[in-house]
Amino acid sequence: MSASVMLFYAFSIMAVISALGMILNVRNTVAAAMSLVVTMVALAGIYVLLGAHLIAVIQIIVYAGAIVVLFLFVVMLLNLRSDEFAPSRQRWLKIFATALGVVVLAQLLRLLEGSLPVTPPLPEGYGGYRQLGIALYTDYILVVEMVALLLLAAIVGALILAKRKID
Amino acid sequence: MLPLDHVIGLSAILFVLGVIGAVTRRNLIVILMSIELMLNAVNLAFVGFNRAWPGSSAAPQLDGQVFVLVVICVAAAEVAVGLGIVIAMFRNRDSVNIEEVSLLKW
Repeated sequence: MSASVMLFYAFSIMAVISALGMILNVRNTVAAAMSLVVTMVALAGIYVLLGAHLIAVIQIIVYAGAIVVLFLFVVMLLNLRSDEFAPSRQRWLKIFATALGVVVLAQLLRLLEGSLPVTPPLPEGYGGYRQLGIALYTDYILVVEMVALLLLAAIVGALILAKRKID
Repeated sequence: MLPLDHVIGLSAILFVLGVIGAVTRRNLIVILMSIELMLNAVNLAFVGFNRAWPGSSAAPQLDGQVFVLVVICVAAAEVAVGLGIVIAMFRNRDSVNIEEVSLLKW
């Protein structure tokens, strides 16, 4: 087993454990956000192992650097000590949903076992900013424009939603 | 070389964890985080499949990675709007429990 495969399994275990920590942590929302950061960083490591270097850097900058900070900002702005909610009235629904998810996952993993090709060797410069930038600004220029429009709409929408009163 | 089926398996595990979190938790902020986790699982599948069919060095196939960039932008927009909704809800209901906003529920 080579070093990159061992690193892949280490990052995978890290990602799964911290994701579990996020969804099982019912006490502290800040700790859940921190678990999400660990998941994002582990995924960025896996992206590096898969040869997607630019995506890994953007993952760390945007997810771990911006999105989770936004979550923490809102948690602290709203001053949520802990989510001390009353016990749910729909316990059986949740247990059923979780069991269904686990069954679907087991089926999926059973189908996946050995059904996909081994990854081929990488071509020169794969996943770097140069090739990705050329692809973005030639073949996918319309997509870039549409994402720009979407971000503008999101900025305006978030401002209006978070504003105290529209005057 | 990394085994692609294990990469996609990890993606499936993270996606199911995100679904379970989004369905079972009642804190709206944690539900948004679970949605982020699902989007990340999809990104991992995109990068993994792109790694399996990378093209040649003369004509690289980077469609999967371009999709990942688009998904990251959509996630950023979704978090901005979602947290705006959280703030508006907290202002009206003084809580982020989704059972407080069940008027549309069947």
